[in-house]
Formats: sequence, C-alpha cells, structure tokens
Amino acid sequence: MGCMEGDCHFNSGNFRARKRIEQAQKILETIGIGGQRAQMYNLSSSEGPLFAQIAFEMYEKIKEMGPNPIKMVKKKAA
Amino acid sequence: MELKTSSRLEKILAAGHLAVTSECGPPRGSDPDVITKKANMIKDHVDAINITDNQTAVTRMCSLAACIRLKLMGLDPILQMVTRDRNRIALQSDILGAASFDINNILCLSGDHQSFGDCAQGQNVHDIDSMQLIQTVRHMRDQGKFLGGDDIKRPPRMFVGAAANPFADPFEIRVPRLAKKIAVGVEFIQTQCIYNLDKFEEWMRLARERGLLERVYILAGITPMKNAGMARYMKNRVPGMEVPDELVKRLAGVPKKEQAKEGIKIGIESIQRLKEVQGLSGFHIMAIEWEEKVPEIAESAGLYPRPNID
Amino acid sequence: MIVADKKPIEEIIEEIRDKKRVLVLGCNECVTVCEAGGKKEVGVLSSALRMYFLKNSTETRIEEKTLERQCDHEYLEEIRDIVDQYDAVVSLACGVGVQFMAEKYHATPVYPGVNTCFLGATEERGLWTERCQACGDCILAHTGGICPVSRCAKRVLNGPCGGATNGKCEISKETDCAWHLIIERLKALGRLDDYEKISSVKDWSTDRAGGPRKILREDVQ
Repeated sequence: MGCMEGDCHFNSGNFRARKRIEQAQKILETIGIGGQRAQMYNLSSSEGPLFAQIAFEMYEKIKEMGPNPIKMVKKKAA
Repeated sequence: MELKTSSRLEKILAAGHLAVTSECGPPRGSDPDVITKKANMIKDHVDAINITDNQTAVTRMCSLAACIRLKLMGLDPILQMVTRDRNRIALQSDILGAASFDINNILCLSGDHQSFGDCAQGQNVHDIDSMQLIQTVRHMRDQGKFLGGDDIKRPPRMFVGAAANPFADPFEIRVPRLAKKIAVGVEFIQTQCIYNLDKFEEWMRLARERGLLERVYILAGITPMKNAGMARYMKNRVPGMEVPDELVKRLAGVPKKEQAKEGIKIGIESIQRLKEVQGLSGFHIMAIEWEEKVPEIAESAGLYPRPNID
Repeated sequence: MIVADKKPIEEIIEEIRDKKRVLVLGCNECVTVCEAGGKKEVGVLSSALRMYFLKNSTETRIEEKTLERQCDHEYLEEIRDIVDQYDAVVSLACGVGVQFMAEKYHATPVYPGVNTCFLGATEERGLWTERCQACGDCILAHTGGICPVSRCAKRVLNGPCGGATNGKCEISKETDCAWHLIIERLKALGRLDDYEKISSVKDWSTDRAGGPRKILREDVQ
C-alpha cells in the first residue's frame, strides 16, 4: 500500500514501491508462485474504510488463487 | 585531366560530355538472366552500370559476379563495394579479382547497417571505412602496392568513385566531407537522389567556390517517383532523403494511374534544370525495379544518343 | 565500468536444477553499481531460487555470499575453505569473475548469473550506456573525446556515414550519431578544421582481432 501518487511524504517512495512490486510480480510469476499474490494499491492514510475494502478484496483474491504452492508442498511432506 | 584508366566513363567525363550512369540490383538467387535482362534494357542509354553490393544489407548475388557478367556482355560495370561485410584482405582481393576481368570502375561505400537486412544477427566488419577504401584503391592503382606494402603484379587500373549526400545532416559539413573524399583520392561522385533542387544547387555552389569541382566529377542522382505513396515513404522513412512537400502535393494532385507518368516528368524536368548547373558532370539515374523507364528518361532529357568516343 | 544485466532466472534454474547445494556469489564492484550482481541482487535471486525449489520439492540448498571482487586472487581466496561444500557456484560477477572462479576452483562448476554487456557509464539511475570498446589504441584525442569505435554502429573513423538523420544513427532514433556528437564537440572546442584531417586505417591488432590481450608491467612486479 502506498500513498496517492504525488502525495508521498518522501516524494517518490510510492513510485519506487510500485516498480518494485512489479518486479516482484514478474519473479513470482516466473518461478510458478503466481504474480498476482503481490499487488500495489494507492490510498491516503485517512481512508480507513477503503483500506479495509482493499484488504478484503486481496483476501478474496488469494482465497481464489489457493494456498501458496510452497505451503502445499510442505504440507504434503509433513 | 589525363586518363588514368581505360574506363569508358572516365573517357566521357574527361572529354567534357555529360555522363549517364544507372544501376542494376543483383537477384536473390543465382540466375544470371536477371542481370543480363536488366542490363540489356539500359545498355544503349548509359555509359556505365552500377551493380549494388548487398544493398540494404539484404543478401544477394555478389556485385563482383554480376559485374563480371556485364563485362562478358561487353558492357561497362561500376563495382559497388561496401566495407560492412569484408575486411581489408577480402576487399583488396576482390579488387584484384575485378581487375583481372578489367572491370575498371569502383564505387566505395560504407553500406547500410546489417540490422536493415535479412541477417540482423550477423557480425559486421568495417575493418576500414569508405574513405580509407578510396585511399586503398588509389594506393593499389597508383603505387602498385598492397596495404601491407608488397608490390602488386599487374595493379588494378580502376576509376574511383564514392557517394555523396548533400541532404544528410549536418549541412555545414557536407562540403568539407566532399573535400575530404577528394583529398583521399576520389575521382567521381554519384549523389543521393535529388528532389530538393535548390539545396543541391547550393551545395554545388559551395563546392565550386572551394575549387572542388575542378578536381572531381559530380553525377547528380535522379530517381523517378512511381506514385505519391513512394514520395511520402521516401520523405518520412528513408534516412538522409529530402523530399519537398510541393513534390508530394504535385503527385497526389494527379489521378493514381497518371502518377507514374508525372513522376517520370518530374525526373526529366529535374535533369533539364540541373544540366544548367555549372560544374555538374552528369547524371546517375536510379530506377530500381523500373529499369525499363531509363531509356525514356534519358531520351526525353536530351541525353541520348550517348557520345561516340572510340 | 563493466556493465552487466541479470540473466533470466529460468536460464539459471536450468543450469542448477540437478545440484544439491549451490552458492550464489556476488561482487561488490561494477555489478553492484549497475545493480545486477551485488549483495542485494544476490539476496533477491537466492530467495527466488529457494522458493522455486521448495515449490518443486527439490532438495536444493541455496546459500549466499558477496566478495569485494572476483577478479583478484586475494578476494577469491576468501572462499577457499568453504567452496568444496558446494556442487555449483552461480557467480553474479562479470564474465571476468566467473572465469577467474573457474580457473581458481578447478573442480567446482561455476555458472554465470549475469550477462556481461559493455564498458560504460551511469547516465542516470537505471540507465547505463556503452562508451568504450577497449580497442587498445585510444584515439579520443583526435575526436574531441568522443569515441567512434564504440559509439558509431559502423565504427567509421572518417564519419558520418550517409545514414544519420537529425543527429541520430540509422539503426535507431534513440541512438546518437557519434559523428554528429564529435562535430558538435569540435565546434565547441573551436576545432572544426580538424574534421578534414584524415584518419588512416586502424591497427586492429591491439583489439580483439589480435587475439586475447595481455599487459605485463615488470616495473610493478
């Protein structure tokens, strides 16, 4: 989660974060974990309800994607 | 100027006539008839015929082989040689091969980058550049020596040419660049095709003021437009090409099936105007894949018949 | 400096998939500056590799280390005591470091983790461009400090060729025409007359063409 673009207290931290999330997504996709497991959202610190909504959306998305494949493997091994 | 070679082109220029040259592109295969057919279309209307060297970096039959074929037909080829594909050993070697068939004209070029052609992943050579190649041919001819210093048995006797582009940028070094090519020994120049006649005349004026036109023969490049689409393409997509808006408008203003005729007309008008330019020595008519129009252009522009200099 | 770029992770996985214990070895010099093979990149690559192998139930262990340089004996010596524990090393150093590793640790397979690309400079964060071809016979004094060997696509020494448009090379609108730059620089230095000086054929024997190169300085030995 980052501040609205243009409102970052540290000027461009949120832009950098977005680029890093995009990088992470690419890596996760390549190694078969699923790029969608990392997402970037922009909102202001005062938007509590929006934060909750995004968190719920992400939760739904992850539920749909299923558990992290690594977890599954570890479970099987156990 | 005293003749240095047995080149017919050199003889015509030295005698003060306006020379006419044209070009043929070799086939993407080994069929010699492609070359002989094209050459037969234009042979009576030109003094020498350029054979391009893997133009636009597209692999074709080599210029040397096609030049030999022309020579065997009794015609006068101009061997175009780019420095992109051959190192100094191969360049000197091919020059000797050409000279063994008494091919006596050469045009020294850098060559389009291989990324334009069919082998974009290939290496390029550029062991020496086009200016150094001009120097090399002159050295082989006049000193009778290889670049490495050894003597050449039966040195090549070639009339040495190069290309010039009055329309490339920056304009301010276009005449210094011509001066440089003359300094390294170039004897004739074929220019890039001309559509902006004012700019070309300006370039000629500057060259004349520096005394350069007394030391080199300039042949003006003329390429007839087939249609307005070709004009637009050349204006926007071809590097180093200058096509005035009026020209595109003129072609577009004519019905499509008349545009080719109009393009030829413009070419003829250009030749007629440029004939008056002081110090111009001739014309290089490039009608790629439209060779059949060369006779018509040459005749309508008053460049036919070719002078008898034997 | 030497500029490199990360190899696709799929390529690296392909090389080490059958190994049991792998060391990812970074370098603190050039590849750190161009953000391809330093400690940070070692960390990211190692993480990703671990996740991949875990997911595929492969028993491959990934460990990390970063050396000051991999092109000097004294720094590569630092792993002498641990190198035998690994059945492969993925070196994120430039091609020089990878090879020095291979020479030094004869029996340990080493795989490159980056593609070594060129000698260049950091124009801005995230943008590196080529400046030098290491031809071995520098001509920068004659070209106003701009190199036609490395910056001209045809390495013409008496340029420009006929293909430049608006100061850009015929191969791409994003590539400057080196000769355009040279001419502008000669103008700025009041040396435009130098343009007509003829550059004679280059001696390429000091370049790659002459074979693998060597410098021996007996005065410092």
